[in-house]
Order: sequence, then C-alpha cells, then structure tokens
Amino acid sequence: MRFSKGLRIGAAAAALAVLAACGGGSGGGSGLEARAKSGKLVVGIKFDQPGMGLKTPTGYTGFDVDVAKYIAKELGLDESKIEWKEAPSAQRENLLEKGDVDMVTATYSITEDRKKKVLFAGPYLTPGQDLLVRANDTSINSPENLNGKKLCSVKGSTSAAKVNEKFGTQAGLQEYGGYSECLTGLESGAIDAISTDDSILAGYAAANPGKFRLIGKPFTKELIGVGLAKSDTKGRDAVNKALEKMMTSGAWKAALEKNLDKSGYKIPEPPQITEK
Amino acid sequence: MDLLSKYDVLGAFWVTVQLTFYSAVGALIWGTILAGMRVSPVPLMRGIGTVYVNVVRNTPLTLIIMGTSLGLYSTLGVVLTTKSDKDLLFLPSNNFWLAVLGFVAYTGTFVCESLRSGINTVPVGQAEAARALGLKFTQTLGIIVLPQAFRAVIAPLASVLIALTKNTTVASAIGVAEAAVLMSKMIEFDSQYLFLIFGIIALGFVILTLPTGLFLGAVAKKVAVKR
Amino acid sequence: MSAPSVLYDAPGPKAKTRNVLYTVLFGLVLAAVAWFTISGLAEKGQLEGAKWSPFLLGSTWTEYLLPGLLNTLIAAGLSIVIALPIGFVLGIARLSEHRWISMPAGALVEFFRSLPVLILMIFANELFARFMDVDRDVRPLAAVVTGLVLYNASVLAEVVRAGILSLPKGQSEASMALGLRKGQTMRIILLPQAITAMLPAIVSQLVVILKDSALGGALVGYAELFAQYRYISNNYQNLIPTMIVIAVVYIVINTLLTTFASWLEKRMSRRGRPTVGGGLVEEQAPGMEFTGLRTGDNL
Repeated sequence: MRFSKGLRIGAAAAALAVLAACGGGSGGGSGLEARAKSGKLVVGIKFDQPGMGLKTPTGYTGFDVDVAKYIAKELGLDESKIEWKEAPSAQRENLLEKGDVDMVTATYSITEDRKKKVLFAGPYLTPGQDLLVRANDTSINSPENLNGKKLCSVKGSTSAAKVNEKFGTQAGLQEYGGYSECLTGLESGAIDAISTDDSILAGYAAANPGKFRLIGKPFTKELIGVGLAKSDTKGRDAVNKALEKMMTSGAWKAALEKNLDKSGYKIPEPPQITEK
Repeated sequence: MDLLSKYDVLGAFWVTVQLTFYSAVGALIWGTILAGMRVSPVPLMRGIGTVYVNVVRNTPLTLIIMGTSLGLYSTLGVVLTTKSDKDLLFLPSNNFWLAVLGFVAYTGTFVCESLRSGINTVPVGQAEAARALGLKFTQTLGIIVLPQAFRAVIAPLASVLIALTKNTTVASAIGVAEAAVLMSKMIEFDSQYLFLIFGIIALGFVILTLPTGLFLGAVAKKVAVKR
Repeated sequence: MSAPSVLYDAPGPKAKTRNVLYTVLFGLVLAAVAWFTISGLAEKGQLEGAKWSPFLLGSTWTEYLLPGLLNTLIAAGLSIVIALPIGFVLGIARLSEHRWISMPAGALVEFFRSLPVLILMIFANELFARFMDVDRDVRPLAAVVTGLVLYNASVLAEVVRAGILSLPKGQSEASMALGLRKGQTMRIILLPQAITAMLPAIVSQLVVILKDSALGGALVGYAELFAQYRYISNNYQNLIPTMIVIAVVYIVINTLLTTFASWLEKRMSRRGRPTVGGGLVEEQAPGMEFTGLRTGDNL
C-alpha cells in the first residue's frame, strides 16, 4: 500500500495548493486616506519602464514612482511604507476594482472607457505619441517619413497601426511582447522607429545615452492620471491637492528632469487638473 | 455567427497550417541529417549532433522563437524572405520564415531522436546477415535497415509532427498572425464571449490534430514489425 | 560508442581516411558557423563587457534570476502535483469496462491533448480575471498552472494507461485467481507496479512542464524565469546576453532532469522491470496510443 499513501499526500498537497490559490486577498481599503492613516499604501506601477517605473536591484525609480512618493508624503506617509506592485497595462482596472492596490501611477491614460470602471485624479502629465529613432538616422524627422520604414510597437497597443492610419504612410509593422525587444531591433538597425507616448520613449532614450533620438513632434495628446478605486472621491481630492502642490512647488519639474535627463524630451508646463 | 464574420478565423488557421507544413518538411529533413550525424562513424559529427540535440530540446521553444527574431534577424542580419526591405510585407513574411526556422531547429531534435530509436530497434543481426550476403553499405541501409526502422518510427514521428501543430502557437511571441494571436485579439475586443471564442479556437485545433492522430495511429499499428 | 553498429562495419584503411576527410570538412563548416555568429555578435556590440558584467553581480541573481527560477519551479511543481492524481483517475477511468466511464474519460483526455498549452493558458487567464474571484497576486500563477494541469493531466492519463497495459496479463489473472476483486487488483497489484514503470516518463514530463511554463512568462505575465528578461534588460540594456544566460539556466536544469530520467530508466531495465519511456518522445499526439513504451531491451 505504499503508493496509496503517496497518492493521499499528493492529493492533500494539491488541495492545499488550490486553497492557497483561492484564499487570502489583501483585504481592500476603504479609501486612500484611510489606508494611508493605517500606515501602509499599495501602489501599482510599471516595473519595466526606465524613466517612468523601473524595478532596479536597489529599489524602484522613475517619474511615476516619484509622483507616488510625493502623494504619499502629502498624505503623511513615509515612502518606506509604500508597497510597490507591478501593474501591467492590461490589469490596471482589475487591480483597482478588486482593491489589490490603493492607487495606480503606471503611465495610466485617462479615457472614457476606463472612467466607467475606475476614478482618476490629475492629470499629472500630458505626453503625446511620438517616434524614437536611432541617433544617427537623419532620414526620419516626422511621421511622414515612415514610408518603407519598419515601425515597432508592443502587443495590445494600437500605436503603430494608428501612425499608418493617421499619416497615410506605408510602414512595416513589427509586434513584440515588450519595448526592450523593439529597442534591440532599433539599435541594430532591424527596426527603424518605435512609436508610443513620448514620456515612455524619453525614458528609453535617457537609459541609452547617445544611442536614440526622440523626434519631438508628438501628434496626439494623452492625459496621464492617478488611478483610484471608483468610489474613492475623497482620495481623489487629496491626490489632486498633492499633485497641485507638486506642480507649483517645482518638485514636479525636478522629478521630470531627474528621470528623463539627456533624452531630448522638452519638459512641458505642468498640466491643469481636470478630474475633479 | 457574429464572431466568425468579424474575425478571419479561417485565415488565422491557414497561417497555422502553413507554419506546420513548412516546419514539418524542414524538421523531417533536418532531423534526418541530425540522426545521420548521431549515428555516423565520424566522432566529431556524433559529438556535435549529441550536443545540439541535448541543448536545443532542453530549451523552451519560446526562447528559441524569440532568438530567431532578436538574435538571427535583428543582431546577425539573417533575412529569410525574398521580399524587398521596403515592402510592407517584408516583416510579416520574414517573421513567418524565422518562426519556421525556429520550429525546424527545435522539432528536428525530436525527429532525430525518433529516427535514432527506430534504427536501434533493428537487431544488429539483420545488418550482419545482410553484409554476410554481400550487400553494400547503401544496400544494407536501403533494403534492410531503413524499411524496418521506418515502420517503428511512424508512431513517434506522427506524435512529433502533431505536437508541432500545437507548438506553432508560440510564433505569436514574434507577432506571426496565427490562431493564438487571433484568440488574444478576440478576447481583447469581445471578452464577453470568452467561452465561445475558446470553443472556436479549440475546435480548430481538435480538427487539425485529432483525425491525423487517429489515422496515423492506426497506420502505425498496422505496419508495426512484430518481434 | 565503439560498439558494432547496425549501420556500418568496423572501418578499414580506406574508410579511416574518408572519416578523417569528413572530420576536417565538418570542422570547417562548424568553424564558419561559429565565426559568423561570434563576429556578428561582436559587430553589434553584444559581446561588450558592460552587457555581460551584470551577471557577475550578486544582485542580478538574487533580485531577478533566482526569484524567477523559484517561480518557475513553484509553477512546475504545483502543476505536476495536481496533474498526477487527476491523470491517475482519468487513466484508470479510461481502462474501465463500463463504457459510460471510459468514454467520457477518453473524450476528455483526447480533447485536452489536442489543444496547445498556450491556448489553455490564455483562456484560463481571462477566465480568472473575468469570472472568478482569484486574487491578483496568484492569478497569473493560477492561469499558468491551470493550463499546464489541463494538458499534462491528460498526457499523464495516457502514461498511466500505458503503464498498466505494459504489465504482463498474468499479474491480473493471478490476482483474480486469488479472489481479489477488480478494484483490489488495480489498487494492490497493478498500480504499484505501473507507477514504478512510469517514473521515468513522469520525470521527463517535468521537463516538458518546465519548458512550457516559459509561455506563462512570455504571454500571460507570470513572473517566472523567462519573464525576468524584461526587468534585467531594462536595467542594463542587454537583452541578447540576458536571453542567452536565461537559456543556459533552463538547459542546465532540464539536462539534469533528463539525465535523471534516463538513469532511472536504465537502472530499472537492468533489474528487468518494464518502463514507460522517459527522455525520448516529449509530446504525445491526440488519438494515438502513448508511443514511448519500451521494454528495456533497447537503448
């Protein structure tokens, strides 16, 4: 009967695993301010975007991270009390709806569709879709030059297709799972341009000094905001207040300069807060 | 049905079929070459063949497929399409053939191992008897060994090729527009029909793999050499 | 290696010269391929020290690669632990004399064997996100494990079936003659023997699971070993070296497992026990009987 004992142990382990998989949520929060008062804040950011939100061996860096830290400070919370969670683009609404995170600062564009599910504060940045090319490639200076060139974007993003539609160009399209694949292609010459928000592109340009060039002609306007749980209007007001202070005090500009240094990104004027 | 008219399901599965077909042909050829290397009397060929098979079949296919695009094309500049660099279809066509190359490199190792084990099922006495009768190397191989080995190899080879059909979904990692890419797209825009979408895609794969499997399974049983 | 082969005789003087010639020619081809690869990598600056030195840092391993590897092992371990009992139930059910048990079990097994794991993962991921209350922290893991379990349970079911069928008929006949009931025969006589025969196949299935879990990193967003390339390469701008290092980690682990599987198989066949093939055929096709069946007289 050796085996049936083994089988029982296996079955028990499986049952445990299933239980572990289903049990235990993070409890959810009753509003951002209450959560901050309780001494802990869970913030969703990108982990793989240099300049905006990046997991480094020694901690988290980027503009989105600095914005979140500033908001936490205004709510009376030390930045060491922030727990950072990865918030991939496709999962941001879900994270907020389930209360898995208290706040999202992950290059989160404010759109009508998303507003049905979550609440936005801000915007705190208004990037536009732009192009990143090799620094020594002088043949592309605007989206109109993309005929016969190769344009890269990531899966689930329509930015590349949008360029062809908008400018009537005939650029070949390459889709990868992430921007680091696009960058490798761009660097080696297999790809000629990458298209997405200029703030994201600026982060890559800053991380690879001298290699890439931002065209600097954004042709859309996105509103990047702070995502909050749908019901958290008090939290939104508090965040807006913090953002307002960050923008007027110069901390906003300093954070942008620090994170997107030497990228060719022109630091814009702080945007107006519209999500009230 | 709404979903079927909105999305080109047949087109996506046609890409899957094409990927499978070209990869299968390539893998059979490459696998035979590899098997030839692994049973050859030249030690260097045997060694390299063994190392290649063991390294490649222990690597995740995802890594191999990404490697063809980022390593072979992006870094080493290998271009596998005749389309012009400026052509809109350059990237799709090149990605397709890069994926085929990746599948050939990976599936070839399993073809090789199936062939090799098939050759090993032929008792040494068979070849010794053939040589004693005065048959030459090519005759021994062609008339005695391979026909017997081939029968033993049908079942595992069929398994390998059907597994290949399913593995072609990994080409989505470099943006080849086959069935898995279509499924992701359908889910992105019409996720309320999740079960229907899954059903459509699943049915496609069942149709592609199950009848082939049943048929080749029956053939393999019929021609098996009884020892 | 030098044992007489079925294909050729011991080489004579003529064959020996020919073999030397082949060695030289083949060596030249190899050198050309190596040169093309290395010079190509060097030309694009992929061999620069700065791109490789991060892998000498402890932090690259402790912050990214090792946690990723741990996640890979968790997903693979959970999958095999959950898939095994399900596989047993399905495999035995398919052998049942009652058609109303064997038919549905057979249909389930054939259905899930004919689907790509990736499709199952994408489906499970969306299912959990939309319709089920699965916590965010474990959702990608749950999706990866669900996809792997659905597929591998059906594969293991066939391994179980092949394992039981590989036993000599005398075993069940003798057990019946002793007055054991069908259930007892299966439980006490057949299964314990079949499990030993299956061990190599189970270990090699683990290799398949480990490789397939990388799909979860690339396309479902589970932070396993493969997915670490995004974090590492965005810190150090070294995508190609990162992928090479990650591939080496997979190859080392899987080679160890494959070697273990064939060692098990050899040891068992030395003792004259039947085995259900390890190592050789990685995947099974739907609609076909398990093809890795060997009785230990070859290889």
